[in-house]
Amino acid sequence: MSSRGIADKVAIVGMGCTRFGELWDSSTDDLLIDAVGEALASAGIVRDDIDAWWLGTLGSGQSGLTLSRPLGIDYKPVTRVENYCATGSESFRNACYAVASGAYDRVVAVGVEKLKDSGFSGLLRTDPPADGTASELSLTAPAAFSLLDPAYCARHGVPAEQMREAMTHVAWKNHVNGARNPKAQFRAEVSRERIEGAPKVAGRLGIFDCSGVSDGAAAAMVVRAEDAYDYTDRPVFVKALALAAGPMRGGLDPAYDFTSFPEVVRSAQDAYAQAGITDPRAELSLAEVHDCFTPTEVVLMEDLGFADRGQSWKDVLAGDFDADGRLPVNIDGGLKSFGHPVGASGLRMLYEAFLQLRGDAGERQLADPRTALTHNLGGRPGGCVSFVSVVGNERG
Amino acid sequence: MSGLLAYATYLPVHRLDPSDIGIRGSRVVASFDEDSTTLAVAAATALRSGLAEPMAAGSLFFATATPAYADKTNAAAIHAALRLPADTFAADLVGSGRSPVAALRAALAGGGLVVAGDVRVGKPGSVDEKTGGDAGAAVLLGDGPAIAEVLAVVAATEELLDRWRLPTSLTAEQWEERFGFERYAALVRATAGRALAAAGLEEADHVVLTSPNQGVAKRGGSLVKGLLSTGTSPLGFSGATDPLLALAAVLDEAGPGETVLLLSAVDGCDAVVLRTTDLLPGRRQARSVAVQLAGGRTVDYPTYLSWRGLLERELPRRPEPDRPAGPPSARGVDWKFGFTGSRCTACGFVHLPPTRVCRACDVADAMEPAPASGLHGTVTTYTVDRLAYSPSPPVVDVVVDFDGGGRCSLEVADADSEALAVGSRVDLSFRRLFTAGGVHNYFWKARLVPDGDESDRSRA
Repeated sequence: MSSRGIADKVAIVGMGCTRFGELWDSSTDDLLIDAVGEALASAGIVRDDIDAWWLGTLGSGQSGLTLSRPLGIDYKPVTRVENYCATGSESFRNACYAVASGAYDRVVAVGVEKLKDSGFSGLLRTDPPADGTASELSLTAPAAFSLLDPAYCARHGVPAEQMREAMTHVAWKNHVNGARNPKAQFRAEVSRERIEGAPKVAGRLGIFDCSGVSDGAAAAMVVRAEDAYDYTDRPVFVKALALAAGPMRGGLDPAYDFTSFPEVVRSAQDAYAQAGITDPRAELSLAEVHDCFTPTEVVLMEDLGFADRGQSWKDVLAGDFDADGRLPVNIDGGLKSFGHPVGASGLRMLYEAFLQLRGDAGERQLADPRTALTHNLGGRPGGCVSFVSVVGNERG
Repeated sequence: MSGLLAYATYLPVHRLDPSDIGIRGSRVVASFDEDSTTLAVAAATALRSGLAEPMAAGSLFFATATPAYADKTNAAAIHAALRLPADTFAADLVGSGRSPVAALRAALAGGGLVVAGDVRVGKPGSVDEKTGGDAGAAVLLGDGPAIAEVLAVVAATEELLDRWRLPTSLTAEQWEERFGFERYAALVRATAGRALAAAGLEEADHVVLTSPNQGVAKRGGSLVKGLLSTGTSPLGFSGATDPLLALAAVLDEAGPGETVLLLSAVDGCDAVVLRTTDLLPGRRQARSVAVQLAGGRTVDYPTYLSWRGLLERELPRRPEPDRPAGPPSARGVDWKFGFTGSRCTACGFVHLPPTRVCRACDVADAMEPAPASGLHGTVTTYTVDRLAYSPSPPVVDVVVDFDGGGRCSLEVADADSEALAVGSRVDLSFRRLFTAGGVHNYFWKARLVPDGDESDRSRA
């Protein structure tokens, strides 16, 4: 694979993020205006300084007009992108390429999702007309990801109770972190007993094994790396942007065993190569990963190279990924604490990386972080799109 | 005249608790995802799996009083599910317990596969609830080595208001039972006499009499007697399935060279006289009506009522699914109705559903059909989805690896999640997943096969 990347060619100089939650009083327009407004303000510029815009949303609007209308953007290029739950990251990735190509000097990537106007639980699907045979029709996201749990136990000989403890630890840890984040949907620690005693949603997944359903938006302003210090003393440089879309073979192939996301493995390898990372466990200061459901995070630790195959449940239980562990994962609280407004999540992860790398993370601030990874996944075990970025506060 | 070549029946797994509806014995009920079409497919599938050679049926006749669709041929879906040749005639005979006799008469004339299915819905407390039964049956007629020869077919017709239902109504009506009984009693005696005379018989070895009038069904023995046995449908009245089911129950037990007088008293009386052959004992259906009836699992009464639309329950807070679209369903008919995937001729990898580009070796457009509806498989992982939309939550889903290759994620039919495990064996069952926008979504589900089941031949 030839993936040259754009390491150190572009930088993030401003970001914004709304509070995530059941925002009954905020519309999609409000969320976009608030997130973009904060991003522009933090970079010290105004709307008309932006050359081009990228909007990520799964279902809160179509076309660039969803952004140009509420912001009143006059006749600029505005592109709407969608790539399942990696939509926010995809908005950012394409915005970065536009700057790296030299086409534009200043761009904004924004992601938004307004989920709580539907009256339904979970995500809604907007599928094209079909023959009614797709298993996705019946299987909800928690059910699809719950398949990881028994499969992981069987493959690695992990007793079901200990896998349950590892899943509980993921939820417990992310809620501990989220309790320290004023923008999170859920800002309270949750006891292990409450996590394990919660009503079941699918398989062994209870309510606390699932990310919430929330509204939110986040935005990033991206410029050429050499211009970055014109806007801020503390820019964050893009080291790697990787995306892998699987052939959806897992659902067809008896060789796939539901204990890994090959798409994540591939996108991580690509990202590490672009960023020149050879030992992610040593070189990364923090990681924001797609903890849509607790067993997902357990498996991601292995797919991203943070733990050995079959061992991540032990590392999780040992606290390796806690705020004071060897590699803090989801220090902002993750999808567990923020919910998952689809188009916004990828940029919300970058927002935490941006805060941490600039030393602005308040009581969550890690000591001297240099390099952060974000990982954003759309689809389900057996077939998904996986995005991995690496960003750092030093230009290489 | 054609002979009877093979037969099979399908009884759904669910039973009402007798105490819930005030009966002794059992009430067999179709699951929420079964209808007359799927019941007929299940019976026809069982019939075909018992044949030594590929089924040759030039015509398909589907009898039901509870068609899933009007203005659309339900037999076409059955035809597709059985993957019958395109030049096979397929038609519905819809209306009453007399429809299967019409189907039999048509198939006797020129051969063919007769299938029947009915879901008998009764108001709570009604005779249909107490004494009905939901089932499917299939009979193959044609030239060739028969398990029973047909000796005579006679009929009598009489207009009377005994049992009826408006096409727009879910449940049926009946006049006072004794009125119908007295009218039918005379019809049955006269028709039986004519039928035996036409067959050149004094008496039949076995007499089986079915009727939606429970007086007739119960007191049939006082009207006509068989030398060896006299009976009625073992299920209660199963609508358009009933005459075939009653005949099947006799054929399950009868010896070779014995005569059978089948009587069906519906708006008149029909009689068919048969004589079994030496081939019968070796070619009975694999699972007799009695064996199927003895099994089963109780469904709680409120759940049953909700299945039949007699009780509306709160649904999960999820959107209802979209209706299946016509053009994609037509393009994918071999998959959706026939569960036929594709096998790569370059590397042998099986794709369920079919694809054009091989997921294993990337060769394009080198596929051959891979029919899989008759296969068994092994559960590789599974889950219980309490959030998903379903007419009867929760949804149980399995990932199945099929014997001989191929993997597919499927819903589980008649799910007993307690009995499900990684490594469980499953086969396939044609079901109605849901109905949306006035369109029934037919597709296949996995069904748990008990350990030691004889149909699971492929298990080592």
